[in-house]
Amino acid sequence: MAETLSSTPKVWQLRNRNQQLLSWFIWLLGTALFVYCWQIVSESTTWFFVWDAPRIAADIGGRMIPPRWSYINELWEPLWDTLNIATIGTMMAIVMAIPIAFLAAKNTTPSTKFVRPLALLVIVSSRSINSLIWSLLLVSIIGPGVVAGIVAISLRSIGFIAKLLYEAIEEIDKNQVEAISATGASGLQTLVFGIVPQILPAFAGITVFRWDINIRESTVLGLVGAGGIGLQLNASLNVLAWPQVTLILILILMAVIFSEWISAKVRHAII
Amino acid sequence: MSIEPTSPNSRVSELQSVALPESWSPPPLIKNPLLRWALLLGIVLYLYLSVGSLEINWSRIYAGLDRGAKFVYGFMNPNFAGRWTDISEGMIESLVMTVTSTAIGIAISIPIGFGAASNLAPLPVYLFCRGIIALSRSFQEIIVAILFVAIFGFGPLAGVLTLSFATIGFLSKLLAEDIESIDRSQAEAVKATGAPWWQWINFGIQPQIMPRLIGLSLYRLDINFRESAVVGLVGAGGIGATLNTAFDRYEYDTAAAILILIIGIVMLSEYISGYIRAGVQ
Repeated sequence: MAETLSSTPKVWQLRNRNQQLLSWFIWLLGTALFVYCWQIVSESTTWFFVWDAPRIAADIGGRMIPPRWSYINELWEPLWDTLNIATIGTMMAIVMAIPIAFLAAKNTTPSTKFVRPLALLVIVSSRSINSLIWSLLLVSIIGPGVVAGIVAISLRSIGFIAKLLYEAIEEIDKNQVEAISATGASGLQTLVFGIVPQILPAFAGITVFRWDINIRESTVLGLVGAGGIGLQLNASLNVLAWPQVTLILILILMAVIFSEWISAKVRHAII
Repeated sequence: MSIEPTSPNSRVSELQSVALPESWSPPPLIKNPLLRWALLLGIVLYLYLSVGSLEINWSRIYAGLDRGAKFVYGFMNPNFAGRWTDISEGMIESLVMTVTSTAIGIAISIPIGFGAASNLAPLPVYLFCRGIIALSRSFQEIIVAILFVAIFGFGPLAGVLTLSFATIGFLSKLLAEDIESIDRSQAEAVKATGAPWWQWINFGIQPQIMPRLIGLSLYRLDINFRESAVVGLVGAGGIGATLNTAFDRYEYDTAAAILILIIGIVMLSEYISGYIRAGVQ
């Protein structure tokens, strides 16, 4: 008996049998889901166009080069608008996000039962909806233009800023707050001298980070009519002016690199 | 030399003679006063110029308030039933695109992520993979979607490719950073047993990055769903087209229903992914 047991030496395995079975089962489910989803995508695809894609891509690529450099004089003003949408939008978002963050943080909220869930709902709603969709909504309400873009960017940014800020507030050092309130400071004074100095670096970092994202996003808001350089992109695409599209894409790329550079510099200086 | 003992009384009077400030003010955030004032002046000047260049059409905004009220009313009374077939078709297409693009994106991101980790890949591979990541990260999904729709035609395939492309930039970058910060001794221990390359990757490195990979993938699934609502605006499939139509027809109750569904699904997926992440780590 002992011999038969030792004749099949036990080979080391990463997982035991149940874990192995579970792992296979999860893979099976995942693969089945993927195949099913791919089938749906495949059904609503015109494969003829897809097989033709390399030729089309080469054709468009050929039309995009060289960029129409002379068009750049018409782009400075939209670029300025884009910068304004991102910057003023971020500023407005900050004003609205700070109170929401304090209402959402567990240690500063006036009531965890009523106010906090409400603040969290505002944050989730703002975060779930892309700024392009916010723009779509605002363009249809207040009309096309830069203002719709600014409001859209600020509504989208509230959730982002408030979420990161309330997490920073929840992580503060309690002792400092206690020390301030032990001196007999009022609630407002505790806030200003006990909590604010602790979250200020995080806050500055979050703001600059969001501004960087907003520059990226505000370049495309014009596609739905909310001002900025996206308007020119849309107009050029509509008339198939590919050399102009190339120039705009280059400009967008430069703006993105520029904003990322500034944001990295500022965050480096703060932290 | 003798030290004269100072009496306690004279000490007290000495302290009192030093004029202590009556009030305290916190130290300024930026120490250099010149830089501080220059920054403040710059901000004020910028605000003046930028707000001045805004063309605000107050009468149009005033006229729009009515529509805004209608939208708020629509949000209170969302109309799911009116265009339910359109909404459900768009939603299913969005979900399908999310799953497909996330799966394809992860499958491509893993090798690129390994290639972009400086402690694993040789320099040429590293630069190539970092180049792909930079390319993917610098363009907005919507711009990529426009190009892909022009190339591959209308429909969800263009959306799936767009989202997969965007996933690569996000996931490979974070994965590469995670691989770069692994514990080297574990990987070395596996290598010391004489394991070949793929076993080294599979048992020395992969277990270390797995929790983070799962977490990031779930997070990206979430992002891809949100973005799938957007790529539809330019014809790349998903709920975006339905939403766009609803806004164009000023059917705010239908639009509100779609937005509520999006928010609900995002909340649900955030809850589930939080649960899974807690289980994995």
